[in-house]
Amino acid sequence: MKMKSHLLPEFMVERDTERCDNCKVCVKQCPFGVHYYDEETGRVYSREELCVGCQRCVVYCPKNAIKVIPYPGHYRPNDYWHEEYIRDIKKQAETGGIILTSCGSARKAKVYWDHILLNASQVTNPSIDPLREPMELRTFLGKKPDRLEIELDENGDVEIKTELHPNLMIETPILFAGMSYGAISYNAFKSLAMAAKRYGTLFNTGEGGMPKDMREEFKDCAIVQCASGRFGVDPEYFNYSAAIEIKIGQGAKPGIGGHLPGEKVTATISSTRMIPEGTDAISPAPHHDIYSIEDLSMLIYALKEVTNYEKPVCVKIAAVHNVAAIASGMVRAGADIIAIDGFRGGTGATPKIMREHVGIPVELALAAVDQRLREEGIRNKCSIIVGGGIRCAADVVKAIALGADAVYIGTAALIALGCTMCQRCHTGKCAWGICTQDPELSKRLNPKVGAERAYNLLRAWSLEIKDVLGGMGINAIESLRGNRDHLRGIGLEEWELKVLGIKGAGE
Amino acid sequence: MIALARLRDPFMDWARKIDEIVDAVNFEGRIAKIDARGLTHKELNDLIRLCVEKGAEKIIVKNVCGQRYIGTRLYFPGKKVEIEIFGVPGNDLGMFMNGHRIIVHGNAQDGVGNTMNEGEIVVEGRAGDVVAMSMRGGRVFIRDDVGYRTAIHMKEYREKVPVLVVGGTSQDFLGEYMAGGVVLLLGLKGEKHKANYIGTGMHGGVIYIRGKVEPYQFGKEVGIVEMEEEDYRKVEELVKDYLKYFRGKGIDEKLEVDEIMGGKFTKLVPVSKRPYGRIYAY
Repeated sequence: MKMKSHLLPEFMVERDTERCDNCKVCVKQCPFGVHYYDEETGRVYSREELCVGCQRCVVYCPKNAIKVIPYPGHYRPNDYWHEEYIRDIKKQAETGGIILTSCGSARKAKVYWDHILLNASQVTNPSIDPLREPMELRTFLGKKPDRLEIELDENGDVEIKTELHPNLMIETPILFAGMSYGAISYNAFKSLAMAAKRYGTLFNTGEGGMPKDMREEFKDCAIVQCASGRFGVDPEYFNYSAAIEIKIGQGAKPGIGGHLPGEKVTATISSTRMIPEGTDAISPAPHHDIYSIEDLSMLIYALKEVTNYEKPVCVKIAAVHNVAAIASGMVRAGADIIAIDGFRGGTGATPKIMREHVGIPVELALAAVDQRLREEGIRNKCSIIVGGGIRCAADVVKAIALGADAVYIGTAALIALGCTMCQRCHTGKCAWGICTQDPELSKRLNPKVGAERAYNLLRAWSLEIKDVLGGMGINAIESLRGNRDHLRGIGLEEWELKVLGIKGAGE
Repeated sequence: MIALARLRDPFMDWARKIDEIVDAVNFEGRIAKIDARGLTHKELNDLIRLCVEKGAEKIIVKNVCGQRYIGTRLYFPGKKVEIEIFGVPGNDLGMFMNGHRIIVHGNAQDGVGNTMNEGEIVVEGRAGDVVAMSMRGGRVFIRDDVGYRTAIHMKEYREKVPVLVVGGTSQDFLGEYMAGGVVLLLGLKGEKHKANYIGTGMHGGVIYIRGKVEPYQFGKEVGIVEMEEEDYRKVEELVKDYLKYFRGKGIDEKLEVDEIMGGKFTKLVPVSKRPYGRIYAY
């Protein structure tokens, strides 16, 4: 039955009619159909109930005539029946469906990064000036041997006798997180690949396969994913990679699979994923050949077999309640790298209930995992990558001091490309050409420009990390890893400090 | 501090170097013979890879007992070899396999043809769970029965259409989430099929079942449609190959194509290419 929507608009569009010359740029820029031109009056108007607040029209209005602001009208203020609940109930009463959203959890919850402060050297040990001294951010990811045997040859050069496991070498401890071609546009996908290659780090294909035309060029900087849907997975895909990642879980939607809706499965997506055009790409919740740690081990070694034991295998999970025990199992199953995605991690589409209520903060998960692996004496058997809401270089530094070897950035990388966090990825109408398969919208992102923005972000954060390291009197990221003495907590309770393994400020 | 024994790697720690085990291989022209007795998973696959690198076109492996991933570590684009296995190969036989042919003179375990890309696997016996899971191309023939979760999420793209033929029957969840390909269950023992949840979440491909099966055994995402001439032709071709591979090897020499084709076939196809498109509020 057709019913009138009771939803209030979320945004209000203010058009300065003095400045607006009805040039229709906003009409062309808005994929949500907010702006329209009326032939009769010769003027541009807005339907603000359709506005998602992506700010595309604001940035592209040549006259600076548009302002998009939160809708000022609201229900009677209520600290319990918050507007968001009222809105969701109304939406579900009108549709009967699961509320779909995207990006990472937006809920109000304690952000542990913001309760952790970093140390700096003062009199007793000097700080180091990164402008004058070399600072080492180079990072190796993969299994490390229990002990290293060396030999000196006749020239006095050191030769490593121990057989080393395959490791990844990256120039900064920041990698781009798994985002599939399908979830994001080809141009966004390629932007990240190009930036990773240029900076000397890695990008991650997500679970949508690797376009054939990119395999040769980007094979040394791609982590290729093997997820429950096994899309675009063939022996060539695995062998044209730097490493393989088994995706078990994702911070934005732990415990569930994903559906790339049929309308996004275009001709090129279908050839990359190797499924027919227009079919839903369904990733089941579990891998149906992994129902236990033993089964996980079986897949890890299957992947090592198919790549002739030449590439490290990473296993990615969402941060959940028993994450430390799970991580221990993963390492025992043979994972060379474990990736932990916190509940702030982003996605192209997820049920809101999963995004907002499932999983734990990555800060706590990371500290628990690192601690557990140390206690069990197996920390050297794997590297740890954490992701899920890394917002700035300070978050990176804190993550590494809590025990991470490197971080994944997904949301931050997309923001660098143009994303404004409007949380409408699941509509496929991204005005910034990122989370869309519409050829016209995708064109808005030029991969060369996108790559430069993403590269600049890596460079800027790396410079900041060097600055902070110098201040701490450390000249290599290796010396910071798991060095929780450089962290202090503020506004944290006893149990939180204990889980994080850090002292309170002033202690 | 939790005291634990040193972490052993079950695959790598006991694997000997290839020169310590190379005696297990015997070359006769382009045919290599391997005695798999006492070899670990990795050791056997090291040797099989060595044989292919040295130009073997056929590899006969005897005394196989649970070694996994046979055929997996043979990504040599353009090269196709045949592997004959005596004994029982371990899990993930031919996983990710790329164009080779494997014949098993015996039963197989779980994961036969898992995410296989191209090639053919013929098992003269039964196979375990997750046979042909996420299979993307090539063909798998199993003489007898298969276990649970067979052909889960099998998928196809254009001319790349995977095929699974099972002489007997399967357990539950046959063809779950199936997104493409052809599955044929011949039910040669003549009993009623027992599997439930057949084709749950199916959104592509086709399942043919010969013999007695009731509608309650199907997932709600599949529809039963009439067999057409084209279907009979397709099935008959597969039946011919089935008999070619297994007649005299556990299947009666006198069993004829017509006798099998005379049975009752049920054809299952997905109701929608988008089974779960309507449960969300945008």
